[in-house]
Amino acid sequence: MAPFPLALQDILGHWPAYLVYLLIGFAFGYVLEIGGFADSRKLAAQFYFKDLTVLKVMFGAIITAMVLIFLASGLGLLDYNLVYVNPTYLWPGIIGGLIMGVGFIVGGFCPGTSLVSAAVLKLDGIFFAFGVFFGIFLFGETVGTYEEFWNSSYLGRFTLPEWLNLPTGIIVLIVVVMALLMFWGGELLEKKVGKRDLAQEPKWRYRAAAAVIIGAVAVVAIGQPTTADRWTTIEPVEGARLANREVQIHPGELLDKLHDPTLQVIMLDVRSEADYNLFHIRDARHVPPTTLPEIIPALHEKPANMLIVVMSNDETAATEAWKLLRAASVPSAYILEGGINNWLATFSDEEFREMALKTNTTNDTLVYTFPSALGSRYEWAEPNPAHYTLTYTPKVKLEIKRGPGGGGCG
Amino acid sequence: MTTITTSATPKHAFKQRLLALVQRQARPYVHPYKAAILLGLVLFGAFFITGNGLGASGGINRLLVVIEDALYPSHVDRTAYLATMAGGESNPLDSWVVFVTIGLVIGGFTSGLVNGRLNITTNRGPHVPVKVRWVMAFIGGAFMGYGARLARGCTSGQALSGGAVLSVGSWAFMLAVFASAYALAYFVRKLWN
Repeated sequence: MAPFPLALQDILGHWPAYLVYLLIGFAFGYVLEIGGFADSRKLAAQFYFKDLTVLKVMFGAIITAMVLIFLASGLGLLDYNLVYVNPTYLWPGIIGGLIMGVGFIVGGFCPGTSLVSAAVLKLDGIFFAFGVFFGIFLFGETVGTYEEFWNSSYLGRFTLPEWLNLPTGIIVLIVVVMALLMFWGGELLEKKVGKRDLAQEPKWRYRAAAAVIIGAVAVVAIGQPTTADRWTTIEPVEGARLANREVQIHPGELLDKLHDPTLQVIMLDVRSEADYNLFHIRDARHVPPTTLPEIIPALHEKPANMLIVVMSNDETAATEAWKLLRAASVPSAYILEGGINNWLATFSDEEFREMALKTNTTNDTLVYTFPSALGSRYEWAEPNPAHYTLTYTPKVKLEIKRGPGGGGCG
Repeated sequence: MTTITTSATPKHAFKQRLLALVQRQARPYVHPYKAAILLGLVLFGAFFITGNGLGASGGINRLLVVIEDALYPSHVDRTAYLATMAGGESNPLDSWVVFVTIGLVIGGFTSGLVNGRLNITTNRGPHVPVKVRWVMAFIGGAFMGYGARLARGCTSGQALSGGAVLSVGSWAFMLAVFASAYALAYFVRKLWN
């Protein structure tokens, strides 16, 4: 598996890990200051086409970071699944953005730059920062009255390559080219409106532009790892765990985990809808294998005490689903040993099994007949752990979560 | 360090150096493209090491909630939005974005000190009285703060970070910020020109 991002809190400890963030913040503040972002006049000049520093620094930073992120991901160094991608709440984002635009042109800062400005003792920055405090305070007091809108048009982790249905590399290249064209247009505007002499501009900026284009082309050439690629990478370790049956948990262990109040167990039932309707374990979610990739981002957002158990009638389909989850870096995922058939063999009563057992069945099909589709309304869908004494080898070990600690600006 | 010069009065020399640091001539800002590349490297480093991008308004939010929680804990517990950060036993400071925000202030201050730009002043348009500028800064800040929380992130947390990892919502947000500011710029031109 890709070594980055690091499980910082595991390596350094809970509070010491924040030291890394302190250093990142330090570098962020330092760079904003040397870029001139503490001066509101420089920020506002952007909107009168005199000095396009804001545009250059912002989009320049975005394309630099973007090319490096997707290069690192393409080379297998960085796991993009574990990188925080701001979830899309389309309309709250757009309305919030429009309100912020007003604040930007009236006040001359954004929240981050106002803090830097206040840090270098600019009084307008200090007043702006107090304004930000006040605005945030107002938001906290009023959001309760329109919470429905605030949580509306939620599209989850939704990226431009997914939206436009194009390979990531192509999108990266398009964004880079668009940004460079914008810089070129921006420089022409600075010459015309801001009366700047472009001959004074350094020549190295052409080399930098060439470098970022080469980087983007490399991202296209390398591509991003597919689920199959990722499985190939992790197969030596994960395949061995499968073969040694370290990830197939006994029905008794699942039952005990379901009654463990410190855990959040997510059961994913990957069988056909017909089988699911006939019988399923109470609270198991029906997830057809084709829709499994869609729920993976949501699984990454679950807390660290999450335990995932996938199940099919036997183990074949569940094993495939498990491989997909592991390839997408989903932690703490397990397979129900022997599937639903084994669950029924363990918990249903003998009379039912004798009566309902089908003869000649094929692999990964339900071996019992159900007279009606009662779903989880059978008592074996929710067995009482006190009624069974089961012995099994416990296998579940929760993995440390890596990656974002929840919430971009949160 | 190749040579170490020893001073007869190290204490005096230290004071001199400190004074020189504060009183030095302001250096010019770095070229925008250079700042862009440096900021891009910081942003990439943040994502690469931690999986998180950058942020500021979230940190300000949490620092504010600390104050609210100290003054009025029952109100924080009853308001859903605040309770997610500081309800009951949860510590609003227990979040990465708080430390990025604190680092941001220290980093900005350090650069101001080192580059001779640490001076008390008010930057404003040529025809704007100081007090008007202060009021406008406060009003603008209030809009910014409100909008940033509505949009779940500010220019750093949404536009910069979400933009670099290609979030659809972040790009829509970014266009909205610029569209709104450009649309309004003409009407408030007296503030800046």
